[in-house]
Amino acid sequence: MARATLQDKLAILSDAAKYDASCASSGGERRDSRKGGLGSSGGSGICHAYAPDGRCISLLKILMTNFCIFDCAYCVNRVSSNVERARFSVEEVVTLVLEFYRRNYIEGLFLSSGIIRSPDQTMADMVRIARTLRQDHGFNGYIHLKTIPDASPDLIREAGLWADRLSINVELPQDASLRQLAPEKRPETIRSAMAQVRLEGEAAQDESHAGKRPPRFAPAGQSTQMIVGADGADDMAILQSATRLYTGYRLKRVYYSAFSPIPDASAALPLVRPPLLREHRLYQADWLLRFYGFSAEEIATGTKAGHLDLEIDPKLAWALQHRGLFPLEVNRAPREMLLRVPGFGTRTVDRIVEARRSRSLRYEDLARMGAAMKTARPFVALPGWSPGALTDSAGLRARFAPPPEQLRLL
Amino acid sequence: MTHAVALPRHGLFEAWREAARRAIGHRIPPEEIDWTGGEGLFAADPLPDSPGPHRAHVPAAFLQLARSVIWHSAPERTALLYRALWRIDRQEGDPLSQADPLGRRLNLMARAVGRDIHKMHAFVRFRELPGAGRRRFAAWFEPEHDTLEPGSRFFARRFADMDWTIATPRLTARFQDGRLSFHPGGPRPDLPEDASETLWATYFANIFNPGRIKLEAMRAEMPKKYWKNLPETRLIPDMLKDAEARVERMRQAAATPPRPGAAAVSTRYRAAMPQAADLPQTLAEARQAALLCRRCALCEAATQTVWGEGAPEAGLMIVGEQPGDREDLEGRPFVGPAGQLLRGAMAEAGVDPARVWLTNAVKHFKFVPRGKRRLHQTPGREEIQHCRWWLGLELAFVRPRMVLALGASAAFALTGNAAPLAPRRGGMETGLHGGPVLLSWHPAHVLRLTDPAARQAVLRELTADLARARQAAES
Repeated sequence: MARATLQDKLAILSDAAKYDASCASSGGERRDSRKGGLGSSGGSGICHAYAPDGRCISLLKILMTNFCIFDCAYCVNRVSSNVERARFSVEEVVTLVLEFYRRNYIEGLFLSSGIIRSPDQTMADMVRIARTLRQDHGFNGYIHLKTIPDASPDLIREAGLWADRLSINVELPQDASLRQLAPEKRPETIRSAMAQVRLEGEAAQDESHAGKRPPRFAPAGQSTQMIVGADGADDMAILQSATRLYTGYRLKRVYYSAFSPIPDASAALPLVRPPLLREHRLYQADWLLRFYGFSAEEIATGTKAGHLDLEIDPKLAWALQHRGLFPLEVNRAPREMLLRVPGFGTRTVDRIVEARRSRSLRYEDLARMGAAMKTARPFVALPGWSPGALTDSAGLRARFAPPPEQLRLL
Repeated sequence: MTHAVALPRHGLFEAWREAARRAIGHRIPPEEIDWTGGEGLFAADPLPDSPGPHRAHVPAAFLQLARSVIWHSAPERTALLYRALWRIDRQEGDPLSQADPLGRRLNLMARAVGRDIHKMHAFVRFRELPGAGRRRFAAWFEPEHDTLEPGSRFFARRFADMDWTIATPRLTARFQDGRLSFHPGGPRPDLPEDASETLWATYFANIFNPGRIKLEAMRAEMPKKYWKNLPETRLIPDMLKDAEARVERMRQAAATPPRPGAAAVSTRYRAAMPQAADLPQTLAEARQAALLCRRCALCEAATQTVWGEGAPEAGLMIVGEQPGDREDLEGRPFVGPAGQLLRGAMAEAGVDPARVWLTNAVKHFKFVPRGKRRLHQTPGREEIQHCRWWLGLELAFVRPRMVLALGASAAFALTGNAAPLAPRRGGMETGLHGGPVLLSWHPAHVLRLTDPAARQAVLRELTADLARARQAAES
C-alpha cells in the first residue's frame, strides 16, 4: 500500500474513535492567550458542530493509533479485527490540533489510543503529545486524555499535569462481563486508576500544607463510559454501578453508550440496532441521581424487571408509583419535593423557590417559569388549579405513554 | 409620542443608558417616547438636554439583563427595557421575574441573545489569508442578533497570537496586533480556499456513527439557519444517504475470521498477566494472589484488595475489621480517620508501625452509597469466613508471637467466637491458628463515641492493650 497521507490517517483514526461518547469541554480552569500562547478554556463548553448522529463535536476526537494488542470483543480496534490500521506521529497530532483550533473548528483534543507494545509505552506516547502541545506550543485549549488501563501511577500523574480531563472506561457495568469480553482488562486496576485520579485531584486542590500550590491535576476531573446492551446487565445494575463510581471516585460524568454495530464484528456480540431509547432513559436516570436527589433504589421502584420504562421517563415512572406524595402544594413544598415533580426541571424549581418568596404563585405562572405543565398537572396543586381525582386515576399512566401500535394485517 | 430618541449602532448600551437616565429623570412615561428615532408620522421632540430632578435606582440584575437584551434584533427592545425601568422605578411588580409577562419576555430575549453569542463562538469558521509575518485569518458570519460586538472579546482572548477579522452584514470586528476595533459591515467577502477545511470535512464525515441517526438532536443544536456558513454541513446529505447501507453492510458482513497472528499476540500478553498462585509459598505470593481475589462478591464494588503492610517477620500483628473509604482508595490499611487514631495510640504505647504487621480481617471495603458518600457496612459472617484464607496465610508467613484483634469482626475472624466483644475486651484468647490473641476495641468505636469522658476511657483501654500486646510480643 502506498504511504498513508495525513488525510488517510485522519479518516481511519477518527473513524476508530467515534465509539467514545464523551466530547465535553466544560469545566476546568480558566485560561486565555492574552499573556501568550494560543487558546482559552474554562466555563461552559462549546460544541462546534453536530453530526447527524446527534452527537456534539467539540474536540478533535482521535486515536493516536488503532493498532492494539488487546482483544476486547466490543471494540472495532481489537487485535483480531481486520480493520485498516494507522498511526499518527506526535507532530501530526499536534499540527492537526493547532490548525483546527486556529480555524475555530474545535475546543481542543480528545486523545485515546489502542495499546501498542505495552500500556506504559502507549500512555507515555500520549502524555508526550499533551506535553508538546502545552510546553512547546503554549496551547491553552482543552485536552482530554484517555487513561490506558494498567499504566503506571507516575504516568497517570504526569497525564494529569497536562490534561484538563482524564477518563478511563469501565466499559461494562459488571466485572464478570468485562472479564469475559475484554480478557486483557482488569476491573480492579481500572478502579484503582480512578481512585488514584480522585486522590491526586483532591491533593492538587489542597493548598493548606506548605502554603505552596501543588502542581495542577486534571482540573476538569474524570469521567468514564459504560457500554449498554453488549452484556446482560439490566438498567438497575448499570445505575448501581454508576452510583458506586460517582460516590467512590467523584466522577464528573458517566457516559452510557448504546452498543452499535461495528465493522468487522466479533462473533461474541449481537449486531442489533443500538438501543438508543434505553441509552436516553439511562441518561435521564443519571440526571436524577446527580441533580434531583434520587437514589438508584428509588429509581428502581419505577422499573419493570430491573429495566427502566421505555415508554415514560424515569421520574414520571417513579411519581406514578408514589402518588400518595402528590399533589404537591407548590407554594409550600420544600425544594427537595419540588424536584420530584415530573415536568419540573432544576431551573424551574429554582425560579419557583425564588418567586414564591415575594408572592403566592398561581397555576398560570408555572408555564411561564418553564414547567412542562402537561406532565406536571396531575402532581401539583396551587391557586387556580387542583388535580382532584386525576392524581389517583387509573388511566393516568395511559395519558403519558404513547398509544400501543396497531397490529397490521398480514 | 412627544419624544424621539435615535440610538447609534455601535456602543448602543451606553447610549441607551444615558438616554433612559435623562428620560426617567424627568419622569417621562414609556408611552411618550419613540425609541426608534422618530420615524413616525408626527414630529417629536428630542429628550430634554439637562438631567432631570429624579434619580432612579435599579438592581444590578436589571443592568445585567439590559446589557444582554440591548443586542436583540427586535426594534422594540429599547422601549421594553425602558418600560421595565419605569416599572422598577414606580415599584409596579417585578418586571425582572420570570413570572411577570414583561419579565418573561425580556428574559427570553436575553436568552436568545446569549444563545446567539454562544452559537457565534461555536460556528465562526476562519480561513487563513496568505502573507508573511503574523498569521492572518478571516471569517464571514451571519448572526441572528447584533451579537458581534459583545461576542468578540471571546475571540480576542482565544486567538491573541494571530490577526483575525470577523465580517457580518452589519458590523466587522478586526483584531490586529492585539487591538480589537469595529468597522461597518458589508456583503460577504471572497475568502481564499483553505486546505485545512478538507481535513476538517474528513474528520466530520468519519467521526459520524451511521449506526445511530438522530437528526432532530442535530438540528436542535445546529439550526439550519447557520448551515450556509458551515462548510461541513454540505456533507450531511451524502453521509445520510450512505448511512443505512453502511450499517446493512456491517450486518451482512457479520463476524469475520480473526486477523492472522492475533491469537499469538493475545496468548503472549495473557501469559504475562499476573496470575494467582493456588497455594502461595511466600508472603509476596500471597499478596499477589489476594490482589486478584474473587472469593466473595465484595470485590465487585470495592476498588481493590487492601493487603497488610509492615514488617514481614513482625512479632506483633494488629488486625482490624476491614478497609474503610480512604483505605479502599489508597490501597493501604489504616490510613483513614480510624487508622490515624490507631497510629496515634500506637505511638503513645510505643508500638513502632514499621515493626508490626498491620492488616484487616476482611480485605475488601464493604459499603452502601448514600448521597455523595460511601457508608461503611459491617462485613457478614460469610465474608469474614471467605477472607479468613488470606488472614491465615498472613499468620502462617509472618508467624507473629502476639496478635491484637481490634473489634468484634477481627475477634471473630481470629478466634471463631462471635460472642459480644465488650465483656471479652482486654482478655487473652487462643486463636484458630493456635497462638495467643489479645482482644481490644476497634479505633472506629472510639470515634463513634460522643461523650468525651467515655471516649477518653475507651482510648486509654485501647492504648493499654497496644502496650500490653507489644510487651507480650517482645518477651
